[in-house]
Amino acid sequence: MRVWELYNYWIFILLMMIGFYTIIAKPNLVKKVIGLSLFQTAIFMFFISLGKVEDGTVPVAVSFATAYSNPLPHALILTAIVVSVSTLAVALAIIVNIKDAYGTIEEEEIHKAQED
Amino acid sequence: MIRVGTMIPLTLLIPLLGAGVISLLGRWPDLRETASLVTAASLVGVVLSLLLVAAPAGSTHFTLLEVLPGLRLALHLEPLGLAFASVASTLWVLTSLYSIGYMRGHGEEHQTRFYACFALTIAAAMGIAFAGNVFTLFVFYEIMTLVTYPLVTHRGDREAVGAGRLYLGYLFGTSVGFFLFAMVWTWLVAGTLDFEPGGILAGKASPGIVGCLLFLYAFGIGKAALMPFHRWLPAAMVAPTPVSALLHAVAVVKAGVFSVLKIVVYIFGIDLLRDTGWNVWLAYLAAVTIVVASLIAFTKDNLKARLAYSTISQLAYIVLGAGLSNAGGVVGAAMHIVTHAFGKITLFFCAGAIAVAAHKTNISEMDRIGRTMPVTMGAFLIGSLSIIGLPPLGGVWSKWYLIAGAAGAGEFPLVAVLLLSSLLNIGYLLPVAVRAFFGVPSQSPRQVKIKEAPLCCLIPICITSAGCLALFFFANQLYAYLINMLG
Amino acid sequence: MEDHLPVLLVVVPLFSALIAPLVGRGDKPWYVAMAATWSVFLLSAVLCARIYGIIGASGDPSAFISYAMGNWALPWGIEYRVDAFNALLLLIIAAVSAVVTVYARLSIAHEIPADRVNFFYGLWLLFFAGLLGVTVSGDVFNVYVLLEVSSLAGYSLVAMGKYLDRRALWASINYLFLGSIGASFFLLGIGYLYSATGTLNMADLSERLRSLHDSRTVVTAFVFLLVGLGIKMALFPFHIWLPGAHGYAPPIVSALLSGVAIKVGAYVMVRLLFSVLGIEFGFETLPTRPILLAFSSLAILGGSYLAIRQSSLKRLLAYSSVAQIGYITLGFTLANEDGLTGSFIHIFNHALMKSGLFLIAGIVVYRLGTSELAALRGLGRRMPFTMAGFTAGGLGLIGTPLTAGFVSKWYLVAAAIERGQSFLAAVILLGSLLAVVYVWRVVELIYFEPRPESSTQVREGPWSLVVPAWVLIGASLYFGVDASLSSSMARQAARALLGPG
Repeated sequence: MRVWELYNYWIFILLMMIGFYTIIAKPNLVKKVIGLSLFQTAIFMFFISLGKVEDGTVPVAVSFATAYSNPLPHALILTAIVVSVSTLAVALAIIVNIKDAYGTIEEEEIHKAQED
Repeated sequence: MIRVGTMIPLTLLIPLLGAGVISLLGRWPDLRETASLVTAASLVGVVLSLLLVAAPAGSTHFTLLEVLPGLRLALHLEPLGLAFASVASTLWVLTSLYSIGYMRGHGEEHQTRFYACFALTIAAAMGIAFAGNVFTLFVFYEIMTLVTYPLVTHRGDREAVGAGRLYLGYLFGTSVGFFLFAMVWTWLVAGTLDFEPGGILAGKASPGIVGCLLFLYAFGIGKAALMPFHRWLPAAMVAPTPVSALLHAVAVVKAGVFSVLKIVVYIFGIDLLRDTGWNVWLAYLAAVTIVVASLIAFTKDNLKARLAYSTISQLAYIVLGAGLSNAGGVVGAAMHIVTHAFGKITLFFCAGAIAVAAHKTNISEMDRIGRTMPVTMGAFLIGSLSIIGLPPLGGVWSKWYLIAGAAGAGEFPLVAVLLLSSLLNIGYLLPVAVRAFFGVPSQSPRQVKIKEAPLCCLIPICITSAGCLALFFFANQLYAYLINMLG
Repeated sequence: MEDHLPVLLVVVPLFSALIAPLVGRGDKPWYVAMAATWSVFLLSAVLCARIYGIIGASGDPSAFISYAMGNWALPWGIEYRVDAFNALLLLIIAAVSAVVTVYARLSIAHEIPADRVNFFYGLWLLFFAGLLGVTVSGDVFNVYVLLEVSSLAGYSLVAMGKYLDRRALWASINYLFLGSIGASFFLLGIGYLYSATGTLNMADLSERLRSLHDSRTVVTAFVFLLVGLGIKMALFPFHIWLPGAHGYAPPIVSALLSGVAIKVGAYVMVRLLFSVLGIEFGFETLPTRPILLAFSSLAILGGSYLAIRQSSLKRLLAYSSVAQIGYITLGFTLANEDGLTGSFIHIFNHALMKSGLFLIAGIVVYRLGTSELAALRGLGRRMPFTMAGFTAGGLGLIGTPLTAGFVSKWYLVAAAIERGQSFLAAVILLGSLLAVVYVWRVVELIYFEPRPESSTQVREGPWSLVVPAWVLIGASLYFGVDASLSSSMARQAARALLGPG
């Protein structure tokens, strides 16, 4: 396989690293959560792209199909998306609480408030 | 006729129960003190009956419980252990009597805690004395460290807490870092930890391993105060004098050197040590401690500090005897456990009496004190002579056997060290008594009424000094009894 | 009914978690939680007995009970699999949770506003269900899902500490970010494994991986899995989230997090290394051993050292947990029978000790409102039972003989010497000595310092808090004196993993 034929993997690596970078580097908590989402989505795309079978169609039973893509990754990712959404929900709930408690959602300001 | 096997755990049970009773009687001091004395007396009774009834060479076993498969808490009887137990229990009675005089004379606080922890310490000492395997020894060794901690930090002030830290630091540091390591290693190498006459390592451990294990044990048993792990001993002098007397003449330090001796005889086996040649290293290591500690003792003006360093030096005699790994050395060392205990406790008792009656702690202030405290200083003289090793006191025989053992092993430098040490002992002990009787006070005595020590303190002092004397005459029997430990 | 035991362990708490928020105010949610945790405790004990019976009858230490979810054929269906190893862990999780739930009634009523208590118990049971599910599941993706269930519940539970100290919120969001990254790495690892083998069932994976030792995909998968799990179990250097989360969460949450949750992470790592990859591939072909040994040594020394420098009791205990995970990892990395036994028995012993200690800290918080060490001055006299409990638990952390901690250390040191790694034995013992320092610091504070005049008058803690704490600490003392039961169970677990022969 040539390198460019693995374009799906390159895309997902790029997305994952952008997400990861966002979590670490951005001081705003909501942006961090967006980064986390991006990170996890990249992994989902990796999984799904694994399941693609050449000339395979969507894994729904139809009469004219000769080959189907692997449905298992789809099922797995549906579950994982649910997990990811729940994580998002919990994260945002905590961030709302942080805003109430600290008055800000910027990382540096929170640290400063904690020093006092 | 009660079976011997069930009497052994009694030696642990009596002081344990005693501790419980004592802690409940806190509000009635006289009852509490009676409980202490009764417990101590019954313990002496049990131990001495074991001494008389049990056959000297036979080992009777008693298993308390099994912690892990193969790791048992077990007790057994053998000459060395019985000797230690006898000394400890006898001196406990005397120390209890002395403590009553001292604690009341000094108006000390927390006396209930004091007496209860004393009882627990003796229980731990019995556990160590009768330990049937290294694991049991280790368990009771650690328990002893923990129960003596409240005794060392009795006063509760910054100095006491600091001393407590040093105490724990050195004792736990050595026991966890070295002793435990050696114990696990021994178990893996020998498959067992039981004490057997002749040792369990012969044929199973290479000479290299034997050497490593020997030094791990020697340094791991911090209570033996082998240099450089000796600092806890002078630090622990902040404790009240009865504590110092019992701990540093009898229970803690003797448990330390007893453990070393026991492990040398029953785990390594003196033959194995001689064959591999490692014993000589141990002996010379001890020799260094003997000399250095004696030299440091010279520089100390505080009486208890001087006695502390003297103790460190005398303990090293026992390790040296273990290092000689022959009959004279080992039995001499065992005898020294007994004679030194009596001698040193006399000296500590006197130091405490001087503190209570005359409120003096430094030797430079003790000139002429013998005029008003003749019994006390007379006993001090007797104790000193025993430690120095002059007839007609018991100390001369233990030294004799040690010197004979050293000569027999061909280690003449060690003979020289032993003789030199006696000279040093004269140098730092005798002047105290001499100055007390004949000295000229350097400053006019303050108007402090110096009287003889209270009776509760004097009686034990007299008994222990008499003991030093008696040991001179019974040395033969002691030797004949102890030689059985070599099987 | 009996055949469904493995899945009941997860289903009962799961459904109880749905019921608990709905029953209303007062003590009712607590009753639901009690019913759930204690029945699971019973069920896990029955399961343990069954598995030991099977092992005894067949003579095969790796015997297992297999349960196919929904009766879908294996290996395509989800399998729940119980062998001697996870039976032990299930029992530990259930036992500790049950005792802590008894304690929870008063503690939570005190700390959390009345209108949130029912949600708290809902989350508590979800957390519980998730942990059990991870332990009992035989399918890697199912492990991921349940791991996330417990983790999400965990993040929320930590955040519930905000009523006492708002720093719990920051600790929680931090925990969330790191935990989610860890879980995502875990998921990525599963993905790689799936792409290489085509299966998600752990037993099936282990068979298919046998021929794939050279595959770069598998190695990558393995690395992602290990890092993800390392984060979840707070192995150095992935432990950064732990001190905050365990330090600011409500005490019972810390008790369960430190005592149980991180052990579940370790469980998954052991499963992966031993059952899925196999010792040969996991340790010999890949340089896992030196890396894990280095990490665990640093965890032991670093965690203990940092514990010494803490000014709050809960944070001190949290850093101590980092060190204890180091011990557990060290044990199973040595991969000999003594090492695994030591590791598992330490999972057991530390669960008892650390949960007990956090409950003790909780009693202090209940009475004083804080667990700062400065506030503990002179407490030894005012709260004798509580402080005695701390001292006993502390002695266990040090590893004094006749406490459970000693038994663990014994096995670990023996295992290290057996492997010829005396350096590791020294690290283990040095860790104990550092523990002496941080435990004794507190002991000196509570017994030797006088109580400041200005401090609040305190009494001993209420019985419903002191008794459960002492049950756990007392158990740690009991299993230090008579370790025959715990050591035989740990050894069974070790044998189950090392396989016959």
